[in-house]
Amino acid sequence: MIDLLLFLPITVPLATALLSVIVRDRARTSAFVGVVGAGVLLVVNLVLLVRVQDLGILVARPGNWDAPFGITLVADYLSAAMLAITGLIGLAVSVYALTDTAERYRHKNFFALFHFLLMGVCGAFLAGDLFNLYVWFEVMLISSFVLLTLDRSREQLVGAVQYVTINLVSSVIFLAGLGLLYGNTGTLNMADLAQKLTLSEDAMLILSSSVFFLIAFGIKAGLFPLFFWLPGSYHTPPIAVAALFSGLLTKVGVYALIRSFTLIFTQDQGLTGLLLPAIAGATMVAGVLGAVAQSDIRKILSFHIISQIGYMIMGLALMTPLALAGSIFYLIHHIVVKTNLFLIAGMIARAGRGFHLSKLGGLLNAKPYLALLFLIPAFSLAGIPPLSGFFSKFIIIRAGLETGDIALVVTALVVGVLTLISMTKIWQEAFWKAQPEHDEDDQPKKSVGVAQWVPVAALAVITVIIGIAAEPVMNFAETAATQLLDPAAYIAAVLGGQP
Amino acid sequence: MEAFWAVITGLLFSAGIFLMLRRHLAKLILGLILLSNAANLVIFSSGGLVKGHPSIIPPGEATLPTPHGDSLPQVLILTAIVISFGVLGYFLTLLRSAHKTAGTEDLEQLRGLK
Repeated sequence: MIDLLLFLPITVPLATALLSVIVRDRARTSAFVGVVGAGVLLVVNLVLLVRVQDLGILVARPGNWDAPFGITLVADYLSAAMLAITGLIGLAVSVYALTDTAERYRHKNFFALFHFLLMGVCGAFLAGDLFNLYVWFEVMLISSFVLLTLDRSREQLVGAVQYVTINLVSSVIFLAGLGLLYGNTGTLNMADLAQKLTLSEDAMLILSSSVFFLIAFGIKAGLFPLFFWLPGSYHTPPIAVAALFSGLLTKVGVYALIRSFTLIFTQDQGLTGLLLPAIAGATMVAGVLGAVAQSDIRKILSFHIISQIGYMIMGLALMTPLALAGSIFYLIHHIVVKTNLFLIAGMIARAGRGFHLSKLGGLLNAKPYLALLFLIPAFSLAGIPPLSGFFSKFIIIRAGLETGDIALVVTALVVGVLTLISMTKIWQEAFWKAQPEHDEDDQPKKSVGVAQWVPVAALAVITVIIGIAAEPVMNFAETAATQLLDPAAYIAAVLGGQP
Repeated sequence: MEAFWAVITGLLFSAGIFLMLRRHLAKLILGLILLSNAANLVIFSSGGLVKGHPSIIPPGEATLPTPHGDSLPQVLILTAIVISFGVLGYFLTLLRSAHKTAGTEDLEQLRGLK
């Protein structure tokens, strides 16, 4: 029964995707399948989260081949939390997409691609060996390639060429690193690797392969200086797709970084130990400064993804239980808030005239509730108490003070203030200032659908709840961090009684 | 034997990167093909190259004779080849759309820089 539960996060999106290809000619059925599939996925992932909390680390072996020879699916606290949040985002975005995206792109198999992407994301969170992680990355990427170029417009093509190329390079680097690691240890199972590398004295092997992985996952996560593909492509797809990408894709990279640097490369952290804090700081600063120069809402938000990734990597770089718990808290908070901001940007664009700040204005009077809904995630992103962003920043900064990394702490604080400035810029331009004159060729205003209000409001409520109920979330994150820092339980669960 | 393949892999990587730095979309694709094949060769040769000894247990024996080849890297490469084939197929459709919508495969022109 437990085994079956671990397969469901992969098979439910697969079944939904195949079904939505079959029914794509019927608009209502197709929308129904897409949303119900996402709903079922959320339920399955929530059940899995509860089971992991009750029973500890869950392991499934497809085909009954024992680890490290067969494929293993593993769910610990971190995986389960990421799966649950993926289900939530999947449901919210699929409902939101009903307003225009799903209808417009029905014949391009919108929902099928959407669910294939979710399958890749869920698979990556469950993978227990490196090659499977690679395969799930590719499942996720190939779906995202097609979603990125649904219109085949010139702008999308330019964005997609950057996005596809850099992601392929990242996959090649990942594959090469994986090959070297296999050649030297004879295993790809992460738990087995963790054991073998602890005993290994070959510092060169550990260093070279860890750098391969740092670069490969760093590209996918959007770390400094490998992030340029992200703001170059995230503003081109339909907003529902951009919201899905912004919430999930880079975070799979962050997850892979956390997993590999807490489980596999734990021994001598000479080079990566020096590199990670520097990268974290540079990522925060580069992201927030990039946002200052932008005037397209989607580009501002894209740059903020990068600066937020910096905070998560800061938690990983500090490597204390508190800091890692902060990273996990940050991941949970960030996915909800960032997806919500992209979804709200889509509503702003419909209620106003597009995404460009110079075309917008007067929305405070025209759409007061939208203004309120924008303020919640925007303040949360900037770290205003008592919203979720405050606690996640607070924990990481406190962890930094405890370890004495004052430079990183100061950077984090300054970046927080700059984030607030960026958010007030959107507020001032889109909501506060008077509606500007518009030309004939400007995009007309459109109505905002009920299907858009509901998920946005729900995600805003969740942001507030994470803020108010910070303690249970923090307890969860602390348990997850303890599990990560002491991989013995993970290794024992995967390899069973084997030495 | 390994040294030979190491050199070949290095050549493929450098040729791939050189092609990727060109402005033409078709050359970019060719570069990516070379890169993904180079990565496959890394896996192939890092698994150890043993000639003429398949990893099959001979009839009448209980264990594998030494030396024997490792078949797992070949399985991994097979998967990787299929994946990169799919991705490159997608990339070719990008090339075609670039030609159709913009009438150019030059990346600078596509971005409207020239």
